Amino acid sequence: MNKIVKYVTIDILKSKVVLTYLLFLFLTCFGIFNLDNNTTKGILSLLNIILFIVPLVSLIYSTIYIFNSGEFIELLVAQPISRKKLITSIYAAVSLSLVTAFIVGAGIPVLIYSPDKIGLLFIITGALLTLIFTSLAFFGSVITRDKAKGIGMAIFIWLFFSILYDGILLLIMFQFSDYPIEKLIIVLSSFNPVDISRILILIHTDYSALMGYSGALFKEFLGSQKGSVVIFAILIVWIIVPTIAAIRKFIRKDF
Amino acid sequence: MLPLHAEVINVSGRDKITTIKNAVDIAKDGDTIVVNGGIYKEKNIVIKKKITLLGKNNPVLDGEGTYEILTIKDVAGVVVSGLTFQYSGFSSLKDLAAIKVIDSRQFLITKNTILNTHFAIYIAGCDNFSITYNQIRGVPGNDEQTTGNGIHLWKNSYAKIANNNITGHRDGIYFEFVQHSTITDNYCKSNIRYGLHFMFSNNDEYINNTFEKNGAGVAVMFSNNIHMFKNHFLFNQGESTYGLLLKEINDGIIRDNVFEQNTIGIYLEGTNRIDVTNNKFLRNGYAIRIQASCNNNNVNNNNFFENTFDVATNGSLVLNNFNGNFWDKYDGYDLKRDGVGDVPYRPISLFSMVIENIPVASVFLRSFIVFLLDQSEKIIPSITPENLVDNTPLIKPVKM
Repeated sequence: MNKIVKYVTIDILKSKVVLTYLLFLFLTCFGIFNLDNNTTKGILSLLNIILFIVPLVSLIYSTIYIFNSGEFIELLVAQPISRKKLITSIYAAVSLSLVTAFIVGAGIPVLIYSPDKIGLLFIITGALLTLIFTSLAFFGSVITRDKAKGIGMAIFIWLFFSILYDGILLLIMFQFSDYPIEKLIIVLSSFNPVDISRILILIHTDYSALMGYSGALFKEFLGSQKGSVVIFAILIVWIIVPTIAAIRKFIRKDF
Repeated sequence: MLPLHAEVINVSGRDKITTIKNAVDIAKDGDTIVVNGGIYKEKNIVIKKKITLLGKNNPVLDGEGTYEILTIKDVAGVVVSGLTFQYSGFSSLKDLAAIKVIDSRQFLITKNTILNTHFAIYIAGCDNFSITYNQIRGVPGNDEQTTGNGIHLWKNSYAKIANNNITGHRDGIYFEFVQHSTITDNYCKSNIRYGLHFMFSNNDEYINNTFEKNGAGVAVMFSNNIHMFKNHFLFNQGESTYGLLLKEINDGIIRDNVFEQNTIGIYLEGTNRIDVTNNKFLRNGYAIRIQASCNNNNVNNNNFFENTFDVATNGSLVLNNFNGNFWDKYDGYDLKRDGVGDVPYRPISLFSMVIENIPVASVFLRSFIVFLLDQSEKIIPSITPENLVDNTPLIKPVKM
């Protein structure tokens, strides 16, 4: 298993996409922190970019990588290696290199400019988001054989979590604004890893205090110690469930 | 008749006169009573003569949690200075205070320390007086119902309130039916309701005060011609909390103030003809929340920095003028190079209108969909009020 992880990692490093991603994050973070003299505001500006870029890159890169190394995977499947080991090794290699790229690229500037709880929270959520969307990409590319379909699915997953999901929730809010839907909306939005990451960081800045009634509302639900635990639990479930689904599908997949 | 000479009466445990009450009894108009260090538990001291009451070496007047400590009645020219008052009585029927002044004139209350009292200074029916340099601290842990105001003025005129430091009371300074008065250089922090509260008070001004972490910084209600200059409104945060709350007021001026990190910088409801100029709004939740019941207010030449929302409103009717401000969110251009943006700025975002109707929508704060909605609304305004617009937004901040 270690050997597969090693070879896949070397392969990823050779292609330089991940290195470019790292460099991009690094420059963006430094740029934003230098533009804003207020680091909390810098973190919030970064938050928008990260919530946008991290899922997109994780999804698209992982999907393309798996389809491109289709022959390599087929070859290994023919070897006396268990399929479970094979897919977990590839997942580990891809996600580890993406997470490393994120932690180095975004983590170093964030820790330099904002070495506090919010900075740390930011890095952790970014890393978790990378893992979540890599495993979603794995699931997407295991269930289909067609590359175009796979990439299409990756883009749809990204679009869904970044925009469509919130749009649907807004629609529900408008339709049912006469009913007490506060709890429902908070629960529903916590199912979306992108939303929950944004909320997690926002409630730890002073933004919620400034939002008055509505700020107090979601701080009450999610701002407590228990709320943070629940949020992290949801994020981890989002990593585990697609990964397991991908593994199960891969074991039974007919090449 | 003027007194020919004034005597100094010393009060202390070692002197001939050991109680303040005794000294007041024998004093004549124009005399000075010097109260020396020690604790005085004299129930209620009543002054009806023109006396100067001076504290020396920090004397403490204790109300034992039961009495009103000092009452001044029907007299002109009293001075109370350098004393410490503590533990006045608490009553929901009578407004017990550390110092109560009724129907008097030309008095001065200065450099006193007032701790753990119901009302600290209570003035009713007086005119031409000063309250300066007092340190006032309320009872910790009390709520709005069980505490009184720091400096409470009822039916007065020509008062001067300056350089006081007030914390932990219901309202820091309370004005009801007070005319022609000035409030300068005070510091009101952590008061339960408001830092400064005007009711039915006209022609007053407050200048250079700081209001920090109060239930709301300043509330001006049912008052006309109030001038508000050079004040700081800081960290007034909470569910229904404002830096400055304006309700049913007319013809005021709000100039050169700083509003920093309040939930709502200024809240205007039923206000008419108010000029808001040269103020700085920094990092507030809402810089200005102006209800549709406001008419003919001018918001000009202000600087808006890093507020989550610059302006919010509750309806589509806008009868106010918002021209010539600097907005940090403005992304227009200035081809003419005259310092004024060539395209108008709309300070109300669609999302602030959404939150207005559905508070829970704030879970989408800073999400991508909200950004998209706001951008599309900017191009074709449909929900946000069309008239709420700055036609001459500034390119550079106003110099202050």
